[in-house]
Amino acid sequence: MDGTAADPRAANGAGSTPSVSLRGVSKAFGDFVAVQEMDLDIAQGEFFTMLGPSGCGKTTTLRMIAGFEEPTTGQIFIDGQSVEDLPAHKRPTNTVFQSYALFPHLSVGENVAFGLKRKGVPKDEIDRRVREELERVGLAQHINRKPSQLSGGMQQRVALARALVNLPKVLLLDEPLGALDLKLRKGLQIELKRIQREVGITFIYVTHDQEEALTMSDRIAVMNEGRIEQCDAPVAVYEKPATTFVAGFIGVSNLMPAVVEHVNGTRARVRLDAGIEIEAENNGLQTGDRCHAVVRPEKLRIDARDGTPPDGWPRVDGVVESSVYLGTSTQIVVRLAGDVPMTVLVPNSDERERNRLPGGGADVRLSWAPEHIHLVRESGTAPAAAAQREPETQIAQEATTQ
Amino acid sequence: MSTVRRRLVPYFLMGPGLVWLILFFVVPLYFMGRLALESGTLATGFEFTWEFANFTDSFDRFDEQFVRSFVYAGVATVIALLIAYPLAYAIAFRGGRWKNALLLAVVAPFFTTYLIRTIAWTTILSDDSVIVDVLKAVGLLGDEGRLLATPTAVIAGLVYNFLPFMVLPIYSSLERIDVRLIEAAKDLYASARVAFWKVTLPLSMPGVVAGTLLTFIPAAGDYVNAFFLGSINQSMIGNRIQSLYLMELDYPTAAALSFILMAAILAVVVVYIRFAGAEALMGDEGEQRA
Repeated sequence: MDGTAADPRAANGAGSTPSVSLRGVSKAFGDFVAVQEMDLDIAQGEFFTMLGPSGCGKTTTLRMIAGFEEPTTGQIFIDGQSVEDLPAHKRPTNTVFQSYALFPHLSVGENVAFGLKRKGVPKDEIDRRVREELERVGLAQHINRKPSQLSGGMQQRVALARALVNLPKVLLLDEPLGALDLKLRKGLQIELKRIQREVGITFIYVTHDQEEALTMSDRIAVMNEGRIEQCDAPVAVYEKPATTFVAGFIGVSNLMPAVVEHVNGTRARVRLDAGIEIEAENNGLQTGDRCHAVVRPEKLRIDARDGTPPDGWPRVDGVVESSVYLGTSTQIVVRLAGDVPMTVLVPNSDERERNRLPGGGADVRLSWAPEHIHLVRESGTAPAAAAQREPETQIAQEATTQ
Repeated sequence: MSTVRRRLVPYFLMGPGLVWLILFFVVPLYFMGRLALESGTLATGFEFTWEFANFTDSFDRFDEQFVRSFVYAGVATVIALLIAYPLAYAIAFRGGRWKNALLLAVVAPFFTTYLIRTIAWTTILSDDSVIVDVLKAVGLLGDEGRLLATPTAVIAGLVYNFLPFMVLPIYSSLERIDVRLIEAAKDLYASARVAFWKVTLPLSMPGVVAGTLLTFIPAAGDYVNAFFLGSINQSMIGNRIQSLYLMELDYPTAAALSFILMAAILAVVVVYIRFAGAEALMGDEGEQRA
């Protein structure tokens, strides 16, 4: 690790100190390593999401930032200051818990006032700020109710108000919408994003829901087995997944096995096992490496075997395995040679078009625009950690200057 | 047909308990009440004469024991609370896999009968016991000092005998507290101490109220500890009632005393619950209905 990366104050130059920095942070519970050597910079005012399956270490990372767990090794910085010696109650962070963790013996207003009282804020200021915060989340009329008298969605808003009223430097959210039903969740996602823009506080959001992550985040860190597999803007994570894990976790993965034939600067020529050669942006691969080529389902075009895709579009042949009507679109699964399943999503914009779609057993030809194919590494064959860190800090810088 | 049956089901379910209560509480209470209003002696025979003077006379005779009973029971309850709360807290939050073993240790004394346990304390506190020797050696007890037949001995016995009744309800209310609430308090700038006073303690109040009642009520009417560990100078109201019934055979006075004791405990409990809040006793449910 070089000097610049070790000191988060120097990492991005003066005036743009990251809101939260992790340097070589690991956490082990006995033999189980929950978080491995994590390096991360989160910019001021960023909506940063840690996304991954349960057990990937995202909640543990959040709890270490909050101060509920101590890193086994490594250091955490908030606004450039190491928080190693700060217990949870002295950190400039507040948490919205998955189960809300509202105090059942206190009223909604008393819950929201809890943090301000501990800080010794004058009483009339507490009253004013509590009222303002409850108005922001639309619960001002419930100030004297007990949490148990509110619905799940309302309790969640109280939990948010209780954290935000303290104007923390960083707000930590641990799957805050996990216990709510889908419709409520969608509404609150938009509301959360609005509130975050309004208050300008750094949000660190933990979720296993890829759609939630794509909807709200400025950046997403996709985590697997205690490591960050990719850390990038939602569009980049979706369109250009770095590894097979990311490609599979976010959206439907169409992974075509391939081998790298030739590397030419930022481009690479690969031969798909399906038999054709294509060229795509290189992703840290070297000649002879095994990799996968990814095309998102909505980017695939499906034709009959004798159909003619646009000029210059790579094409592969296969057999339709199933066709499922999904309302807004039709999902067709095509099996290529070598037993590779490919999912195609065709929008149901035209009823006549839809009726012409091939059914089960039909021989078809898949094609795509050359820019829509992307090469991914096999998960677990990550390139050197330092190489991965650099673009991260760059993006953090960009986010700060925006 | 089925709606009628459904409406009757709760009464059937209440039946056994109701019969028990009538047979062993209401009926004896009626006979006790009658007895308390009789006059006469065993030799001449007792006669029901609406003798309300039994109540005032017996209270005047034994007011000292009444006051003593409530003072001893009150002090014993406070001491038991001070011992039980940290104990229950440690078992609930630090017990880990030893939780059940520790709880078993708390109730283990119940495997021996109440009388035997209390008699064992006469040995522990006797004049030639190690405890007395040590207390004398460190100067906490004078050369002529003793433990047996002192208020200390009676209160110590009461604390010992009723401690599990204090520990168990407190433990069960502490055990139910979601540790994330304590984390949330710390997240909202409360130190460990403040988190205890503002979150843990209020949430464990149902257990504290239940435990203090389960200790105070039987302790106020107890006579075993005062009998074995005290002298005539430490006798409690229970001792008086017992000797009036079994030695002096003055049944009306004994019955009247029992009634006064019951009413006094009831009054104390009502005031206490008012003060501690019925909410705490009934928990969340009570709050919602209130």
